[in-house]
Amino acid sequence: MKYLTQFFNSLFLAELFKGLGITGRYFFKKKITVQYPEEKTPQSFRFRGLHAQRRYANGEERCIACKLCEAICPALAISIESEEREDGTRRTKSYDIDLTKCIFCGFCEESCPVDSIVETRIFEYHGEEKSDLYMTKEKLLAVGDKYEKQIAADRAEDASYR
Amino acid sequence: MLDLILSIYEIPVINILVKIVAILVPLLLTVAYFTYIERKVIGYMQVRIGPNRVGPRGWLQPIADAMKLMFKEIIFPSGANRVLFIIAPTIAISTALAAWAVVPFGAEMVLADINVALLYILAMTSIGVYGVILAGWSSNSKYAIMSTLRTAAQVVSYEIAMGFALVGVVMAARSLNIGDIVQGQSGSGILGWYMWPLLPLFVIYFVSGVAETNRAPFDVAEGESEIVAGFHVEYSGILFAIFFLAEYANMILISVMAALLFMGGWLSPFADVSFLGLGSSFLAGSSIIWLISKTVIFMFLFLWFRATFPRYRYDQIMRLGWKVFIPITIVWIYVVGIMYYAELAPWFIKG
Repeated sequence: MKYLTQFFNSLFLAELFKGLGITGRYFFKKKITVQYPEEKTPQSFRFRGLHAQRRYANGEERCIACKLCEAICPALAISIESEEREDGTRRTKSYDIDLTKCIFCGFCEESCPVDSIVETRIFEYHGEEKSDLYMTKEKLLAVGDKYEKQIAADRAEDASYR
Repeated sequence: MLDLILSIYEIPVINILVKIVAILVPLLLTVAYFTYIERKVIGYMQVRIGPNRVGPRGWLQPIADAMKLMFKEIIFPSGANRVLFIIAPTIAISTALAAWAVVPFGAEMVLADINVALLYILAMTSIGVYGVILAGWSSNSKYAIMSTLRTAAQVVSYEIAMGFALVGVVMAARSLNIGDIVQGQSGSGILGWYMWPLLPLFVIYFVSGVAETNRAPFDVAEGESEIVAGFHVEYSGILFAIFFLAEYANMILISVMAALLFMGGWLSPFADVSFLGLGSSFLAGSSIIWLISKTVIFMFLFLWFRATFPRYRYDQIMRLGWKVFIPITIVWIYVVGIMYYAELAPWFIKG
């Protein structure tokens, strides 16, 4: 009997019609495509995109050249050189992130004791040559200055979970 | 002036050329937009929206595709047989288009009203396989030759089932002329169509048609996950586009033949159904619109199948062709014979 039902099921293409029914139903369903440049998916405040270096409100750069980020970076993308500034504080002479090496894990941000190096929500950037993706201290500070408002808001939103 | 144009039109060669253009231009436009519709329909079935960037709603997409292919370089693989390499797509497209010569679009609208139209169409679709075989062989590529072997075996197998399915139609209509076959289905509206007494043959004809055109789920000839793109891996530019055109022209041909042979072609489904009271209104009259709408159903089925079914394994294709389709068709031909002698109304009344 079981054999017989199976025979008739395959003869009358029962399973195939079932499959056609599913695709037929999906044909009329609401489409979930996001029209990217015009529409965008919502972003988390923890989004890890382009890096930035922040300043304090008085304009002093936060980074104290502790090199924790350099030490923890699993992709060895960060290289820092430090020196003593005229006022006797330790500061970076150069702070470079090679974005072609970076894996955007966010460890640098986690390790930073002064919240200096952060990852922003920006992901739509490009470089026309490889050196455009080599972020120097100036470039990082410029990104930080430009998006400080958004960066600060995102950190504030995340603070309660830490 | 009008007289002059009419007298020029009376010249047989000019007359035929005009008719050819009148068939081919709409056909090629349909092919172009069929590719667009295919991408849209499959996209919709996958909860996507398909192409919508080129022109309003993406309507210019097929034109953009055609332009791109035309301006691309044609690459000849090293070791390729150049002559056959060019002849192969030529065979594919010329047979695919030549088959349309005998396709009637209305009671009088046919380019070549020949008595063996059905055989001619079978012959043309069979010769089209040579295009595929030559393409695979001349490109000097492992994948292409692999696909060629698969195609040759597959098409030969399914041609038999398809031929048997058409034997049923010929027995019912007692003619190989497609116009006569359509006329044989007239008289009682939708019930008079051959799809009812020949239902198994109808299903087998269409499934074999899908296999003949190497479309999913019988697309082992292309099998992009196994052998890249099959017989046309090495083709680029306009030569590739020609294979593409031929494939889609064949799909439309299979669809229009299914509409003509099994679904009454240009006959209205409401004709001669007295209780509807349509009389001789537009809905009850024969027109090319009926033929087109029936064809569109089958063209949509091609896309629906492609969006739904996974590819058959090669041995399953062979099993289906030889051990399922051919026995069923042979049995049903006997059944048709019995129906013929029983003069089963309304299909088998002797005229």
